[in-house]
Amino acid sequence: MTTMSRRGVGRRGLLKTAGLATLGAAAGSGAITGFPTIWAQQIKNVTIRQFGTGVSNLNAIADKVKQDLGFTLQMTALDTDAVTQKAVTQPRSYDVADIEYFAIKKVFPTGVMQPMDTKRIKLFDKIVPIFTTGKLTPTSVVAQGTAPSTVAFVDGKAGTKFAPHPTEWATLIPTIYNADTLGIRPDLVGRPISHWKDLVDPAFKGKTAILAIPGIGIMDAAMVIESLGMMKYVDKGNMTKAEIDKTVAFLIETKKSGQFRAFWKSFDESVNLMASGEVVIQSMWSPAVAAVRSKGIACKYQPLAEGYRAWAGGLGLAKHLSGLELDAAYEYINWYLSGWAGAYLNRQGYYSAVLETAQKFMSPDEWGYWMEGKPAQADILSPEGKVMEKAGAVRDGGSFTERMGHVACWNSVMTEDRYMIQKWNEFIAA
Amino acid sequence: MNPGLRRALSRLSPPGLTPYLQAALLALVLVCFLLLPIIAIAVVSFFDYDSVHIIPSFILGNYHDVLFSEVTWNTYLSTLRFTAIVWSVTLVVGFWVAFYLAFEVRGKGTQLVLFLICTIPFLTSNIIRMISWVPFLGREGLLNTALLRLGLIHQPLEFLLFSDFAVVLADVHLYTLFMVTPIFNTMMRIDRRLIEAAVDGGARSWQIIANVILPLSKTGIAIGSIFVVTLVMGDFITVRLMSGGQSASVGLMIANQISLLQYPAACANAVVLLAVVLLMIAGILRIVDIRKEL
Repeated sequence: MTTMSRRGVGRRGLLKTAGLATLGAAAGSGAITGFPTIWAQQIKNVTIRQFGTGVSNLNAIADKVKQDLGFTLQMTALDTDAVTQKAVTQPRSYDVADIEYFAIKKVFPTGVMQPMDTKRIKLFDKIVPIFTTGKLTPTSVVAQGTAPSTVAFVDGKAGTKFAPHPTEWATLIPTIYNADTLGIRPDLVGRPISHWKDLVDPAFKGKTAILAIPGIGIMDAAMVIESLGMMKYVDKGNMTKAEIDKTVAFLIETKKSGQFRAFWKSFDESVNLMASGEVVIQSMWSPAVAAVRSKGIACKYQPLAEGYRAWAGGLGLAKHLSGLELDAAYEYINWYLSGWAGAYLNRQGYYSAVLETAQKFMSPDEWGYWMEGKPAQADILSPEGKVMEKAGAVRDGGSFTERMGHVACWNSVMTEDRYMIQKWNEFIAA
Repeated sequence: MNPGLRRALSRLSPPGLTPYLQAALLALVLVCFLLLPIIAIAVVSFFDYDSVHIIPSFILGNYHDVLFSEVTWNTYLSTLRFTAIVWSVTLVVGFWVAFYLAFEVRGKGTQLVLFLICTIPFLTSNIIRMISWVPFLGREGLLNTALLRLGLIHQPLEFLLFSDFAVVLADVHLYTLFMVTPIFNTMMRIDRRLIEAAVDGGARSWQIIANVILPLSKTGIAIGSIFVVTLVMGDFITVRLMSGGQSASVGLMIANQISLLQYPAACANAVVLLAVVLLMIAGILRIVDIRKEL
């Protein structure tokens, strides 16, 4: 790896003149014959080390990259907190960070990553505007919390300060996002669920759960509090000390009344809680709902009147990346937006950053089910070919615009982060 | 050491230096992997921080946050409570298992085989051992289903899982062997003639246990206690998984801070925890001189 990058630097001049941007695509399509073979040889030896959450660090993607682009993508999956930690504390241990936008708000100012030249991203203009202007449609309002558009750009090539408007220098190129809500066991709740406040309905005493990731859990609590009409937040994703106090006091009171069965931190914990019937209503992630359903247990990703809590992730470049590796990383990011990966993620119930390229890799029925909220014409299969939904099924929450258009707040990092975690510990200790 | 090397060494160093050289390797390992990290933790505990950076400086704020917060005190109380309960249960169970192995089982071979059987659960990771309790204790778990079907209960017992009970159960399961091993080891060294003498002197069996075996097993009990106390005091994963995230422990508090990159706060907490655990060990060592019996 190290010897490789040294050689790579030496030949960078040659590579630049070879018209690198087009080369990767050419290599992928098998039209490599006319190009200098040195590059094709070298790129095969490149290894891009990527780390991120289990959500998008999928072996299928690494395999396809090897096939299409020729180089090796080495993936490490960690939990959300660990991703932020590793990004900041071990900046030389990775080349590409697959990281969430709210985390980048913490990570980028530390200077461990380099801004990306948006001119080198071929489909940059086609990216869903949530990530550039922040508005899904020209009339929509930017939701509360760390909206991706607020941390998507920096002020210059070496910048570490976020720019309020799109610039040429992007912190992350978005790859995956979704709108989160409560998951329910329709067979066990016994009544329609339509509001966040249903989470604290005494009828479900001892049968509810929320996330134990403090920054996200406290926002789910805020959604509940607003839904109860107890308090209106200025910004649920950036609470004041007084708001944090009230929210945590509410959580402690609810905990003491025995409302919660558990607090979960990892994907599989949430699946097990739901599948075992320990919990009938809880904060959940979309693929966890699918995982419960795949066990033949009814589970619904219930849209709620107050809207969704959304999150988004993207790919960013480590500061040390240069030469051939940097070129390969750009190739990889361009490839990510070119459709195959997007379709793969869309089929898992996430959304991809460039919709039109992903559409080309999906059947009209798949597109109708996942993106347009239409009833499935035939069985809907997962990327691995397992039946996820039977013909006739309609996606919970409906179409892309219905779901992403009702985002109430984004996963976030608060200014009063330090205070919030103290209070959260108080809640756990209570 | 072969004679040639010894001669070479003595030529290199004055005779007094040889023992130091012999100890140097271990000292080096301990300095690199124990002392330096602890010093680093102590140093960072005085640093300032914001949500992304650790700012080198010298402030007492982190300690102030730790020592004067009600949360810390509650968390320590809860951790100490877990430690006390787990320690007493593992002590009782551990003592009797060791007693049985050492005095009731005849034949060294059988003793060894039975002792090895005690270690079988340790062939899997402790997380797996912990998680296996979940399907057993759950609301629709094996135990509740069995009790319901037998008609012994009419509502599933909720306290079995995601509760303090579950934490203690898992801890006892995980750590009893740490009590059994040293106690068994000390018991095996007890001179059997002492017991014969006690019998000849007319002692009843409970008197032999209370006045001969128990005092002579103190070393093993002390070592086992040190293991159990330090393990439970520093634990965070058992508490988190078995309480379903509902109970606190000092380790969990530190883990929460680390996950939000609040390293200085976590370091201050770790230093305080280290001090508390060292005090507890010092207390144990004051009561029992473990070197005496070794």
